[in-house]
Amino acid sequence: MKVIVPVKRTPDTAGEKVIDPDSLTVDREAGEAVLCPVNEFSIEEAVRLKEQHGAEVTVLVMGPASAQSTVRKALSYGLDAGLQITDDAIAGSDALGTARVIAAALEAEEFDLVLFGGQSTDARTSLVPAAVAELLALPSLTYVRHLEIDGDNIIVHREHEEGWDVVASTLPAVVSVVEAINEPRYPSFKGIMAAKSKPLTVKSLADLGVSAEEVGAGAASATMYEFAPRPPKEAGTVVEDDGSGVVAAQLADWLVEKKFV
Amino acid sequence: MTEMLVLIDHSDAGPKKVSLQMLTKARELAGITGDAVAAVWFGPGAADAAATLGSHGADKCYHWDSPDAYGYVTLPQVEVLEELIDEAEADTLLFASTNHVKDVAARLAIRMDAGVITDVSGIELADDGRWTATKEVFGGDMITKSTVAEGKLSFLGVASNAFPAEPSDAGPAELVALDHSLSEEAKGATVTEVEKVAGADRPDIGEAAVVVAGGRGLGSEDGFALMEKLADLMGAGVGASRAATDAGWYPHRYQIGQTGRTISPTLYVGSGISGAIQHRAGMQTSQNIVAINKDGEAPIFQIADFGVVGDLYKVVPKLVEELQARK
Repeated sequence: MKVIVPVKRTPDTAGEKVIDPDSLTVDREAGEAVLCPVNEFSIEEAVRLKEQHGAEVTVLVMGPASAQSTVRKALSYGLDAGLQITDDAIAGSDALGTARVIAAALEAEEFDLVLFGGQSTDARTSLVPAAVAELLALPSLTYVRHLEIDGDNIIVHREHEEGWDVVASTLPAVVSVVEAINEPRYPSFKGIMAAKSKPLTVKSLADLGVSAEEVGAGAASATMYEFAPRPPKEAGTVVEDDGSGVVAAQLADWLVEKKFV
Repeated sequence: MTEMLVLIDHSDAGPKKVSLQMLTKARELAGITGDAVAAVWFGPGAADAAATLGSHGADKCYHWDSPDAYGYVTLPQVEVLEELIDEAEADTLLFASTNHVKDVAARLAIRMDAGVITDVSGIELADDGRWTATKEVFGGDMITKSTVAEGKLSFLGVASNAFPAEPSDAGPAELVALDHSLSEEAKGATVTEVEKVAGADRPDIGEAAVVVAGGRGLGSEDGFALMEKLADLMGAGVGASRAATDAGWYPHRYQIGQTGRTISPTLYVGSGISGAIQHRAGMQTSQNIVAINKDGEAPIFQIADFGVVGDLYKVVPKLVEELQARK
C-alpha cells in the first residue's frame, strides 16, 4: 500500500512570531521553523503501517525552498521519499488555497491513504484535511485515535467531545490523527543518516497544472487585514501558603467575589 | 430579506451552549441587516428545542430528522446544507468552531466556493456590508481581524464562550422539516458504533464555563481524583497538561495545549502546572486564571489573576472544604 503524509513547517511555538506588516502574512523566516509537532503522530502512524503492511510512505510538504529541511526531518523517522511543492505564487494562500495545492499534488500520485496531523500548531484551523478530501471526492476520516487497515477496508475511531465514533470505509481515504493514536518514537541515528540520501522530488505549480491565479494571497477566500499583539495582562494577586493550605480561604473568597461559586 | 443560517451543535440533552451563544449574536447582527435568523438542526430533537432556539433568536428552525444525518461521516450534512443555502439564498452561515463541524464547513466551502474563518470571537458589520471577524492566533498572542473575499458566501466558525447566550421573551422557532435523499458518495464512510467515555457527563472542556486542570505537579494519577472532586463541586470540566497525559495519568483527549485542545473558559484553575508556552497556547485566552503551584517562579503566575504558591495537596483539599462551607 502507498501512504502519503502531508506535513507542515510551522514557527516554533516557543519562538518569536512575526507578522509582516506589508504582506500581512506570517514571516516564516523570523523565528525558528520546525516540523509541526502534530506531524510526529501522523509520521509515527505511517511508520507503523510500514511495519505492519509494508507500506511505502512519501512525505509531502508545501513551502519555500527552505522547507527541504522539514522534508529531511520527516524522512529521518524512516519514511521512504519526499515530495516538496515550492512556488513563489503559493505565498499567502489561506487554508482552502493550501488544500487546492495539496490536492493537486496528491492527484498526480498513486496512494491508498493520506495521513494528516489533526491541527497545525500555528494556524489551527483544521480545515485542510476535509477540504483536500472534498477536492479529491474521498471520505474525510478526521481526528482519528485508532486506525485498522484490512485490504481495501479501513476502520477508524473518530474522536469527539463525548467519546468516539467507529467508522468503516474503503480506501483510498483521507485521514487526520489526534495525539491519542500512538506514542511517537524518536528518529534513530541510522534514520537521520539515511534521510540525507532518500529521493526528494521538487515540483512547481506549473508541474501540478495549477495556475498561479488559483492560489496565493490574491485568491484567498478569507483575508486577515489587521493585527495587534494581545494587550499585556495586569498582574494578579499572588499569595504564599505557609504549608498548611490556609490560603485556600483567600482563594475561596476571591472565587465567591467573582461569582464563580 | 434573506436568512442568516446558524448550524446548531447539540447533544441528546439539547442545544449546546455555543449554539445559544451563536443565536444570540445572530439575532443582534440580523437586527442590523434586517435579515431573519434560521437555525439548522440535524437529527431528532428539534421540536423539543424550538422554544429555547426561539427565545435565543431563531425565527425558524430547519430540521432534517433522519438517522442518515449522523449515520455517515460529514457528507450528509454537507449535502443538506448545500441545498438549503441555495434555496434560502443565505449568504452567511454561523457554525460552532469545533472539530467535526469544521469538517462540514471545509467541505461545503470547497463545494460552494465560500470563505471560511474559524475560531471567531467577534463579528461586526463593515461599511461595505461584509462581516469582519475577530480571531486570536498564535495561542492568543495576536488578535487579528479578517474578512471573507467579496462576493463569496461567509462561513464563520464561532469560538465557544465568545458571546453571551441571552434568552428573550420571543416565541418558539417555526419548525420547517427538510427532505433529502443522500447521494451514494455521501454513504462512503459509515458510522457503525458510537462509544461514550466515562466522564462524558462532566462538561466538555472546550465548552465549560469553568475548567480545572492538573499537571506534572500532581505526581500521579491519584491527583486527578482530587481535580475531579474540585471540578464537580464547581460544575467544571477537567483538563490536563501534556506532561500529565504523556505520563498516562489522564486520557489524551483532555490535553490542553498546542497539540491538544484550545479552551477559553470564564475560569481556568490550574494545579501543578508550570505554564510552559505549549500549554499556555491552549488556555491563555481564558477570562480568569487561577494557578496553584509550589514553584513561585513558574511562568503560569505571569498570567494568573489569582496565584497560590504552595503545595497543591494542602491547598486544593482545603479549597474543597472552604467551597463546600460557602455553598
